[in-house]
Amino acid sequence: MLNAEKRKTLLLLIPVILVLIGYVLYPSIETLLESFKKNGVFSLENYSDFFGEKSAANFEALWNSVYISLLSVLLSALIGIPLAYIFNRYDFPGRQFFSNIAIMPIVLPSLVGVMAFMYLYGEAGLVPNAIKDVLNLSEVPFSIGGITGILIVHAYTMYPYFYMTTSSALNNIDPSLEEAAYNLGSNKFKVFWKVTFPLLTPGLVAASLLVFMVSMASFSAPFLLAGGFRVLSLQIYFSKINGDLEMAATQSVILSVVSISFLLFMRWYQDRKDYRMASKGIGAHRSEVSNHILKWCMVSLGILAMIVLLLPHATLLILSLVPEGAWTWQTYPTAFSLENFILLFEDPNIWDPVRNSMVMALLACLGVFVFGIITSYALVKRKFIGKNLLDILVMIPWALPATVVGMNLILAFNEPSAFSFGKILVGTFWILPLAYFVRFIPLVVRSTTAVLEQMDDSIEEAAQNLGAKWFYTFRRVVIPIIMPGVLSGTLLAFVQAVGEFPTSVLLYTLDNRPISIEIMNQLRMFNIGQASAYGMIQVGLIAIVMFISYKFLGVKTENTL
Amino acid sequence: MSTVNLSAITKQFGDVTAVEELDILIKEGEFFTFLGPSGCGKTTTLRMIAGFYYPTKGKVTFNDKDMTTVPPEKRNTGMVFQNYALFPHMTVFENVAFGLKVRKITKSQTKKRVEDILKKVRLDQYMDRQVSQLSGGQQQRVALARALVIEPDILLLDEPLSNLDARLRDEMRNEILRLQRDYGITTIYVTHDQAEALTMSDRIAVFNMGKCQQVGTPTEIYNQPVNDFVAEFIGETNLIPIAFKEEKNNEKIYHCEQLDADIQVQATEVNIAEYNRNDQLLMSIRPESVQIDKASLTGENVFKGEVILVQFTGASVHTYIKLSSDAIIRATDLNEGPSTYLTNGSKVNVKLPADQIRVIPKARM
Ligand SMILES: Nc1ncnc2c1ncn2[C@@H]1O[C@H](COP(=O)(O)OP(=O)(O)OP(=O)(O)O)[C@@H](O)[C@H]1O
Ligand SMILES: [Mg+2]
Repeated sequence: MLNAEKRKTLLLLIPVILVLIGYVLYPSIETLLESFKKNGVFSLENYSDFFGEKSAANFEALWNSVYISLLSVLLSALIGIPLAYIFNRYDFPGRQFFSNIAIMPIVLPSLVGVMAFMYLYGEAGLVPNAIKDVLNLSEVPFSIGGITGILIVHAYTMYPYFYMTTSSALNNIDPSLEEAAYNLGSNKFKVFWKVTFPLLTPGLVAASLLVFMVSMASFSAPFLLAGGFRVLSLQIYFSKINGDLEMAATQSVILSVVSISFLLFMRWYQDRKDYRMASKGIGAHRSEVSNHILKWCMVSLGILAMIVLLLPHATLLILSLVPEGAWTWQTYPTAFSLENFILLFEDPNIWDPVRNSMVMALLACLGVFVFGIITSYALVKRKFIGKNLLDILVMIPWALPATVVGMNLILAFNEPSAFSFGKILVGTFWILPLAYFVRFIPLVVRSTTAVLEQMDDSIEEAAQNLGAKWFYTFRRVVIPIIMPGVLSGTLLAFVQAVGEFPTSVLLYTLDNRPISIEIMNQLRMFNIGQASAYGMIQVGLIAIVMFISYKFLGVKTENTL
Repeated sequence: MSTVNLSAITKQFGDVTAVEELDILIKEGEFFTFLGPSGCGKTTTLRMIAGFYYPTKGKVTFNDKDMTTVPPEKRNTGMVFQNYALFPHMTVFENVAFGLKVRKITKSQTKKRVEDILKKVRLDQYMDRQVSQLSGGQQQRVALARALVIEPDILLLDEPLSNLDARLRDEMRNEILRLQRDYGITTIYVTHDQAEALTMSDRIAVFNMGKCQQVGTPTEIYNQPVNDFVAEFIGETNLIPIAFKEEKNNEKIYHCEQLDADIQVQATEVNIAEYNRNDQLLMSIRPESVQIDKASLTGENVFKGEVILVQFTGASVHTYIKLSSDAIIRATDLNEGPSTYLTNGSKVNVKLPADQIRVIPKARM
């Protein structure tokens, strides 16, 4: 019977390991091998090219990626931390409302967000032009583009990481610690730097690493805004477009090395003992702001933040109402109508991408749903050798930049392989759902693991004791209990799959082009209205999903990052 | 209903031996308790009976049927877990019906049996509640009902009362006993609370460090412990090292170094435990058997001492008396009013009655 237990574990592990090897490990290895080939023969030439003078552009791109990421961390921290501190520590009219708004950037898929920024603050953007007209200037006073553009978009989309970690850390600090410091005679300033800040550090370090990784991988912002500016994730795309797969592989390997070392560093850092609060469950205490000037300063800050944060959403909505041809050379759009939305339902050409996106996201989600449950169950409830290794393997797709995931799949499946049942997947419908599946494995596994860890082992034993076989127990007891966690992870995966751009742009075909690709196409044709309408659809889907997970699964938006 | 026979059971987790060479026979319909300090292997033994662990060595039989490696779902035992392990996504009814559903009992039968058992544990009006909306005691009763409704051959309870407050604990003790007697079901109960074990059990097995020290009825365990571990773990006792000197008439004489005196003990089975030649010996005397008096006492084993501490606990009074430089003895008397309390420093006579002393060997580790 001991053997029966082991057999069950093995039976669970076999599909998990096959999938991970086939679609995560094998593609990565294919990329690694490819990077050591020049015209089909083994050589180190790609690497010497990368770091050598022959293609200085690559090295420049790596360097740019790193320093943009560092600056993104800095900017996001400078916005996120003070905002979190003010919204969580002071009480003033509208506080709750502002703090809800503060995380709005996460409902914008990256491509859509960048697009909104482009039409808000870009060369032909609404804000610079409005200022120009109001002040009667001859030229637009400013416009974003290139590196500033990328940085501003990064700051906007990534500051929530800092905002959320700081907020939750602040709410977990036992107020009596600070009170003790005051009691011992420290002033406010000292208390912050000597007590509060050190307690926030672990969270902040984690957020910094996360933002760094995310901006290293960032694709949409440079794609739309970079101009001549080079970053590594984009270089991979260009190499691929130019047909230099070997160079694309080399670039992928280098970007992966940076990302994975950050993942390992992060694991190490989180495993280290940090100072957890001994006391729990004490709500944050907020100081009422009694000084009137200060109070209204804070309210104004809240309002200002709200406007800046919601302007992209509003712009998107307005632009989606601009029919084709109503905003070409004019400074402002000239007409508004629901035409773009109506076309969605009338013109099959326009509806197709929406359907494609939903179908492919759904397929990927079915996959991660099943795979996530099995993998998490094996990881949490079963004993076997090499568990740590499996855990790392599961997390790899999370550390890999989307562009690299895309490249890996191209290099693995542009020829028949056992894992594609002897077919070439590149250029078919199936490659994109597969890419989404791989991308979002970690998300579902993590949310499922969290609920499974909460579930006591004795629950399963109780069912067994009452006569239920393993599979019955799994179906009737385990799955219903963990369902909320699995579903919230899966729904989030769905949302992100619908908005996914980097892998889509590498792998799409004419027949399965998803919404993101169609947005790109419409932008190329300067059909801003239709592009925005697509964007609105994505935002709408995200909003619905978040509402469902909040309402029915009790998942807070904050926990979804 | 079954007998349970554990023969020469050993369970190892890696290097740790959790249970060693255990032999126990539990009779049909018996209320049998595993008692012992934390980490002594009680849960491990219970789980081997339930089938969650398989013994490294030895055999588990129910009614002469070998169950050693039968999976838990085929053993027909009903287990109540320490944390209740109720299914959080089901109602009270669904929880209790789970085992019946697995056994493919018809809907109407299930409904009837669940209703009956819920009535028995006085939870019939909570049938449709979600289990998270129940109090600790109510959850406890759902767990009990869930285990009983399948009419198990053996009922297994792992410290089922340890999460409850003192009053509820008392109430649930009676409840469990009542149900056990009603169903006449063989029951194995794990606890480290000796009062619980003594009041509830037909027989008790005392564990220490993976070994069963003694099996017996509560009175046997209390009055005739087989070694110093059992004597000390169950109730309070005074332990003083002694050595055998000689046998006279119906008495054995032991020498006590600490008191520098001889001690007479009745040479009966009740007063002298089995021991080997080279065992270290101790005498154990319960505080309530020690007689103290300011006036002189007659008879055997009378010593002079000085009162060093008097503790008042309500129903009884503990008096600590120093008999010699390294022998302190404790006496417990029922509270008979302030006039009877002794004061620190007073000289008293102490008698250790020859028929109340028990000579026991030191437990072999
Ligand atoms: N799964 C396991 N793996 C390794 N060691 C174990 C395992 N289960 C129990 N042990 C060890 O076996 C010994 C006996 O444990 P057991 O749980 O049976 O004690 P117990 O008598 O039930 O104690 P308690 O009263 O604290 O519940 C302990 O030393 C424990 O650490
Ligand atoms: Mg235990």
